Amino acid sequence: MAMNAPATGGPNPPGSSEDDLLVARDLKKWFPIRKGFWSRVVGHVKAVDGVSFNVRRGETLGLVGESGCGKTTTSRLVLRAYDPTGGTIHFKDRKLGWIDIPTARRSELRDIRRNVQMIFQDPYGSLNPRMTLREIIGEPLLVNGIASGSALQDRVAELLRLVGLHPEYMSRYPHAFSGGQRQRVGIARALALEPQLVVCDEPVSALDVSIQAQTLNLLEDLQGRLGLTYIFVAHDLSVVQHVSTRVAVMYVGRIVELAPTADLFFAPRHPYTEALLSAVPTPDPDHRGTRIFLAGEVPDASNPPTGCHFHPRCRYAVEACRTTVPPLVELAPGHQVACHRATELSLAGVVPGS
Amino acid sequence: MTTELIDPPARTGSAEAPRPLDTPVVLDVKDLRTHFLMPGGTVRAVDGVSYTLHRGRTLGIVGESGCGKSVTAQSVLGIVPRPGRNVGGTVTLTRRDGTNLELTSLDPRGKVIRSVRGNEIAYIFQEPMSALSPIHTIGHQITEVIRLHTGAKRDEARFRAETVMRQVGLPRPDAVLDRYPHQLSGGMRQRAVIGIALACNPGILIADEPTTALDVTTEAVILDLVRSLQKEGGMAIQFITHNLGVIAEIADEVVVMYMGRQVERAPVSQLFHAPQHPYTQALLRSMPRLGHRAHERLEAIQGMVPDPYDVPPGCAFHTRCRHYVPGTCDSPEYLEVSPRHWVRCSRAGEVA
Amino acid sequence: MYWRFRRHRLAVVCTFIVVFFYIVALFSETISPLDPNKVSNLYKYAPPQAIEFLDKDGNFSFRPYVLGFKSSRNPETLRITYVPDPTKRFPVRFFVPGEKYMFWGLWPSDIHVIGLGPDAPANTPFHLLGTDRLGRDMLSRIVYGARISLSIGLIGVTLSLVFGILLGGVSGYYGGWIDAVIQRIIEFIRSLPTIPVWMALAAAMPPKWPPDYVYLGITIILSLLGWTGLARVVRGRFLALREEDFVLAARLSNCSEPRIIFRHMVPSFASHIIASITLAVPGMILSETSLSFLGLGLRPPVISWGVLLQEAQNIQTVALFPWLLIPGAAVILIVLAFSFVGDGLRDAADPYGR
Ligand SMILES: Nc1ncnc2c1ncn2[C@@H]1O[C@H](COP(=O)(O)OP(=O)(O)OP(=O)(O)O)[C@@H](O)[C@H]1O
Ligand SMILES: Nc1ncnc2c1ncn2[C@@H]1O[C@H](COP(=O)(O)OP(=O)(O)OP(=O)(O)O)[C@@H](O)[C@H]1O
Ligand code: SF4
Ligand SMILES: [Mg+2]
Ligand SMILES: [Mg+2]
Repeated sequence: MAMNAPATGGPNPPGSSEDDLLVARDLKKWFPIRKGFWSRVVGHVKAVDGVSFNVRRGETLGLVGESGCGKTTTSRLVLRAYDPTGGTIHFKDRKLGWIDIPTARRSELRDIRRNVQMIFQDPYGSLNPRMTLREIIGEPLLVNGIASGSALQDRVAELLRLVGLHPEYMSRYPHAFSGGQRQRVGIARALALEPQLVVCDEPVSALDVSIQAQTLNLLEDLQGRLGLTYIFVAHDLSVVQHVSTRVAVMYVGRIVELAPTADLFFAPRHPYTEALLSAVPTPDPDHRGTRIFLAGEVPDASNPPTGCHFHPRCRYAVEACRTTVPPLVELAPGHQVACHRATELSLAGVVPGS
Repeated sequence: MTTELIDPPARTGSAEAPRPLDTPVVLDVKDLRTHFLMPGGTVRAVDGVSYTLHRGRTLGIVGESGCGKSVTAQSVLGIVPRPGRNVGGTVTLTRRDGTNLELTSLDPRGKVIRSVRGNEIAYIFQEPMSALSPIHTIGHQITEVIRLHTGAKRDEARFRAETVMRQVGLPRPDAVLDRYPHQLSGGMRQRAVIGIALACNPGILIADEPTTALDVTTEAVILDLVRSLQKEGGMAIQFITHNLGVIAEIADEVVVMYMGRQVERAPVSQLFHAPQHPYTQALLRSMPRLGHRAHERLEAIQGMVPDPYDVPPGCAFHTRCRHYVPGTCDSPEYLEVSPRHWVRCSRAGEVA
Repeated sequence: MYWRFRRHRLAVVCTFIVVFFYIVALFSETISPLDPNKVSNLYKYAPPQAIEFLDKDGNFSFRPYVLGFKSSRNPETLRITYVPDPTKRFPVRFFVPGEKYMFWGLWPSDIHVIGLGPDAPANTPFHLLGTDRLGRDMLSRIVYGARISLSIGLIGVTLSLVFGILLGGVSGYYGGWIDAVIQRIIEFIRSLPTIPVWMALAAAMPPKWPPDYVYLGITIILSLLGWTGLARVVRGRFLALREEDFVLAARLSNCSEPRIIFRHMVPSFASHIIASITLAVPGMILSETSLSFLGLGLRPPVISWGVLLQEAQNIQTVALFPWLLIPGAAVILIVLAFSFVGDGLRDAADPYGR
């Protein structure tokens, strides 16, 4: 593994440390809202609005939050599937050293794409139904000029084995596979270029629990074997808790809490995190009804509330919450929170299980 | 520091304990069979499924991907995609006026079944994008449905649409209605689809994995909405999901499917506390649990899902079952082992 | 998809009809028994000759015969009328040498699929569908007319396909203001009343143009107005596919834009396009026919079905020589056949009618 390649690119981005792989600072993505005959821009959806985080080499950074809070947008910004409205994302490339993804040149981007790959949520929509597994998994190799002909065939077979599929399946089409098997194909494709960072956008949401377990085990094995780093978006908090080293909680385009997994789950410091944890359905039909319901209007990303975005729905909100934006500050080592009352509140987390 | 609070929303725990299944049956599915006649052989996607939906109650359906949950739902509504064919069984709907209607014998494109769909039985598609057209706005699609089923005028339908969108927790419904599906996040799309289904106050709701793309707080809002609609209107719900937490939360009775057949059916508490079928037991074990130690390996079910063209003889689960005994497991019957608790396993009782 | 198409019996039958017609158009020289332009003074307005299987004694014979004509002048109208003459029997032969021709203007040949052969005396009539006012063989003229009429349909649709895919593709792939402009243009063109616009454009073509220029001109006019429907289909599919995960996955693997478009997007809607084309061809054929019928399109000596029908324009001929209307039947048959095939394809490609 080329872990110790010299950083030849740009200077170290501010706030980065030796073991960081990706450093995002003040990331913004505003989607224009268009209306009328000539599609004039009448406003913006602030899908991501000032997000900063570091991803350390070899870790799994969980990303959770309300639906529509900008998780997918954030992960697509990392892949530069979208151009950000503002901010920087520095990635420490094996060859090039620190590169700012949004301003990378075409040739640099080609290189970054080989190192940053994605696993999709939908195992049906993410595989071209008209291509065989060989073509799907081999495409990145072919397009990047890494392998062709029988070398390609061998590499695809190797990747299929890596994700636990028979290499004989190579000439089949995706429709012949179940959701879990397709998800493995998607994982094999993402790993074809031997990336360093894999962005997983809800990789197990569409899978049933037993296949979910297989897939999570597979992702963990691969991380151990290949030294992969994951950004892991998911809704199922028990899954997030299971796989993540650290977890970032997003709310309406911003990160409100970022902490090591155990800290975040057992001792949350942000009221939204508390509400989120309380809403996790417990697999016990006789213990229903301990959820905190988030009352109040659901915030709209094109016109978010003033001050703390969460204040209209927060049980602990005070006057200051309405007027000033709480900054994301480090309260304990590695535990960042954006809440005016973070120091004084004691919030309920998850009760440790047996 | 000021501690003057701005009207704090109350902490609510609204879910209630599972309820007994003593209400009238509104949908009676008996021995439903739907097969796909493919060039490579026959896929018995649904092979003898029976269950009942009760007024004001929720039936949960769980099972591995590809076990036939969606096809069961589609068979009830007569919308099985080709080359699927309903090859047996009956589906009896008790209509609002008290009359019974057998659905499988109806012309699947006829007037009667179309008046049933959407009006009396609403269906939430598993894949929200397949229920939404990419080239029309969300609002256009919802008002269309509302007008079709209620004959409301354009403005009225638009107003209904906004109300429903607010109920499913979409911010700024008026703005969302003017957007195209791809401009919404995954969860917003899913909520839009739920809204379309609920817009016409159906008597029966068949929801196919409606909350998979939702975060837990939004999921809670949806489950709460569904429950309150159920309480008000006595809606019967068939809830398909693979999230056992959600099943525990919302279902009164649960059906577990494997390879097109029911392997277990039980009241929800019974299923979670005393599962009888090895498959159900394995499912419950493979679930990551909140608060347990992270990074320990999950207990996945060993082996591969069998090829649907080639279902193993005898108990379909025997290739992966840790309690399999050759000879004993050749033809498990579907038996009622305790009141309202059915199991299809030759060793039921011994393996609990 | 093939499978679903097979279920439409009618569409399958119609496919054979369409294929048959195009084979006729392709091999018109060989299939037509006679030179379509050969004038015969002996047999003007001769009625169709029946093929008979009974020999002189009334016994069945496998070699079919046609009967010669006995001509007589009607003393009142002074018209020549033809009645079959049972004493003159000419065996019909298949794949026989006959009049010489240049196949596609390239190879000389004299083989005809059907004919009387060299043994029959000169000037023996052989007009299975009768003759026109100059004694030209209608069957041969219809066969040659098929070549022009059907190819106009095909070439016209190909041209509109090029326009449609190009503009629809640009519109759908890039979106934004380009999309808005193209959509407005499409709406404008669609709002034009077609027949007057055709007439104006066709009338604008210099009357001195040689027939092949007119042919091209007509094709271009038809496709200029016909591309909008296809462009809409293409745009819709592009809009939908642009958001598909597998397209994003391809982009993330460093696939080039052309590769994404032609390898991933186009195959996914090829079936829709084929269905739309099939539905557009009959429109083109009808348009050509109506233009020529109105005397604004192709003109003699070019032979197209529209031209043939123009010659059958007055009531008198229709009443006395109904076989001159057979080209109309050909038009109806092919248009219906195409529509059914197109419907079948559309249903097969998209069973939910979206
Ligand atoms: N292409 C787009 N054009 C306009 N708005 C968009 C677009 N894509 C996303 N948005 C908006 O950006 C916001 C964030 O969307 P995003 O998909 O990142 O949410 P998410 O956190 O992934 O949600 P989910 O959990 O539901 O998938 C939403 O309000 C959405 O409507
Ligand atoms: N259109 C189709 N053509 C052929 N086979 C199909 C089709 N739709 C479903 N099947 C088959 O029917 C079986 C049951 O599918 P179904 O969609 O009901 O599974 P499911 O239980 O809903 O799974 P999931 O959890 O993945 O949604 C599968 O084996 C599948 O291969
Ligand atoms: S800053 Fe105020 S409103 Fe925001 S979470 Fe903290 S207490 Fe609640
Ligand atoms: Mg998302
Ligand atoms: Mg399903």
